Amino acid sequence: MTTTSPVAAPGTLRHQLAEFWGDFSASRGALVGLLFISSMLLIALLAPWIAPHDPALQNREAFLVPPVWHAEGSWTYLLGTDAVGRDVLSRLMFGARYSLSIGAMVVVLSMAVGIFLGLLAGYFRGWVETLITRVMDVVLAFPSLLLALGLVAVLSPGLTSAMIAIAVVQLPYFVRLTRAAVIGEKSREYVTASRLAGASHLRLMFNTLLPNCMAPLIVQATLSFSTAILDIAALGFLGMGVQPPTPEWGAMLANAREFMGSAYWAVTFPGLVILLTVLMINLMGDGLRDALDPKMKRS
Amino acid sequence: MLKFILVKLAQLVPTFLGVTVVAFAFIRLLPGDPILLLAGERGISAERYAQLEAQLGFDRSPLVQYLDFLTGLLHGDLGTSLVTHAPVMDEFMSRFPATMELSFFALLFAVLVGLPAGVIAATKRGSTLDHTLMGISLTGYSMPIFWWGLLLIMLFSSTLGWTPVSGRISYLYFIDTVTGFMTIDTLLAGNWAAFKSALHYLVLPSIVLGTIPMAVIARQTRSSMLEVLGEDYVRTARAKGLSSFRVIMVHTLRNALITVITVIGLQIGVLLAGAILTETIFSWPGIGKWMIDAISRRDYPAVQGGLVLIAFIVMLVNLLVDIAYGVINPRIRY
Repeated sequence: MTTTSPVAAPGTLRHQLAEFWGDFSASRGALVGLLFISSMLLIALLAPWIAPHDPALQNREAFLVPPVWHAEGSWTYLLGTDAVGRDVLSRLMFGARYSLSIGAMVVVLSMAVGIFLGLLAGYFRGWVETLITRVMDVVLAFPSLLLALGLVAVLSPGLTSAMIAIAVVQLPYFVRLTRAAVIGEKSREYVTASRLAGASHLRLMFNTLLPNCMAPLIVQATLSFSTAILDIAALGFLGMGVQPPTPEWGAMLANAREFMGSAYWAVTFPGLVILLTVLMINLMGDGLRDALDPKMKRS
Repeated sequence: MLKFILVKLAQLVPTFLGVTVVAFAFIRLLPGDPILLLAGERGISAERYAQLEAQLGFDRSPLVQYLDFLTGLLHGDLGTSLVTHAPVMDEFMSRFPATMELSFFALLFAVLVGLPAGVIAATKRGSTLDHTLMGISLTGYSMPIFWWGLLLIMLFSSTLGWTPVSGRISYLYFIDTVTGFMTIDTLLAGNWAAFKSALHYLVLPSIVLGTIPMAVIARQTRSSMLEVLGEDYVRTARAKGLSSFRVIMVHTLRNALITVITVIGLQIGVLLAGAILTETIFSWPGIGKWMIDAISRRDYPAVQGGLVLIAFIVMLVNLLVDIAYGVINPRIRY
């Protein structure tokens, strides 16, 4: 059994983590964001057990039932039902699974490819760098949603193509950040030392350089996560994303649009959930940036 | 300076070629055969198919088709729409003013609200007002604008009846198209009531489209202001005994504006992407809605031409922003 002192020695991972947590939790917004996203994640994971109804079940006796606080509302459907009698709350809970998992997949996909390309560009420079940055410039020349729409149209509308399309749109940001960070770090002494010790290109790129370039990438990852959730919903809204009857938030909005005048709840709640989720992730991102950016850090 | 501009222009050429390759490749990869689509449900005979294929040039090798596309592009010819049979360039140009007008008013809203909000937040740093303003702007930044549009329609159009739901002007007025900008055309016609109607129709879509740029501008203004407020020359200005209004407006804001103007210029991509959603919600007859229709109808030449033209506009504006930045801030010229 080992005893640990309350304050870890400077320089150790434990100390760094403690310092990071101190900076991160100094922002109340970041904590609220973390709490909200954690509960959202929990709801998404537990949706099959905690959702009051089957999200696809159409109750013919309950079309457009208003939420519980209306006189005509009922406790069976807390947030009301949509035009074919499906429970809005249950659909929102199941929708969290799609939005969060697609968002996470997009970030993993574009971060992995983006870091790899960025490392190549920043490490080798020369024509490799020129080629990679030029291709990324082309991607950036299109408005993101338009490019994603075009890609989805090419790949045929659906979950996977929406995911790939949004990952491609997010790619340039990871490439640029990684490249800039690598160029900044490459001339530092520890890298030269490692090279003199005989480290291979791959080792230098992934073991020596990459860990020291992660801070801006983590902040970008949260930004990409929230953008991905917005874009997925936008594609769903335009009918180019996840296809009905899947309870995706954007598609729910598109379906409810015709009944906007008579059933505000079917429109209001899916959008509110999208807004809150994106807002909370961005709050977390702001907290992360303050905690990870050495320029902003108090000494 | 001229060298700086020429270098920037030369850098655009490979990117632009890349854009044309992407736009061209996209269309070849789109699922569905455009000729079968043209033929409709009744189908088409093999001879007629070959005839149409030759007529549209789809039977040649992709490389020849691409070079043909590029040559046409340099002459301002983007082919004809498969649906309307009108030149794609004309289709685009007839709708572009509507998008530009909407984007202009959206940006106007964004600057008029975002800039003062950022300045006030920076000068009152750490106060409740600062936190409130930045909370609002982060909310705006996180806004799913398609929902925001529906929400505003439900409140202001359906419930209160203050604003129209869709279109550019009331059907009571018929205005000859001169510039394509409804606000200018109505003024040229001297029809004051029509001008007011056009403005009335612009209010909601502009707010919806301007929300995200507004948030970005407010955040950027605040952080640039805070950076400049820490500079020595600002302290000197204060020490000289200048009024704090003068210190903020003349010494701080003017210098902070350099980065803010760059950020404003870079909103063009955000505006064009947002236009797709905003125009769909408000049935605004601009290029965003046109592109969505073209994609869903598989109108190959229209999608292709639209992609190239939109990317071209974005690149051009970014170039102008770069040049403007070089003019204001000579340190970055190299």
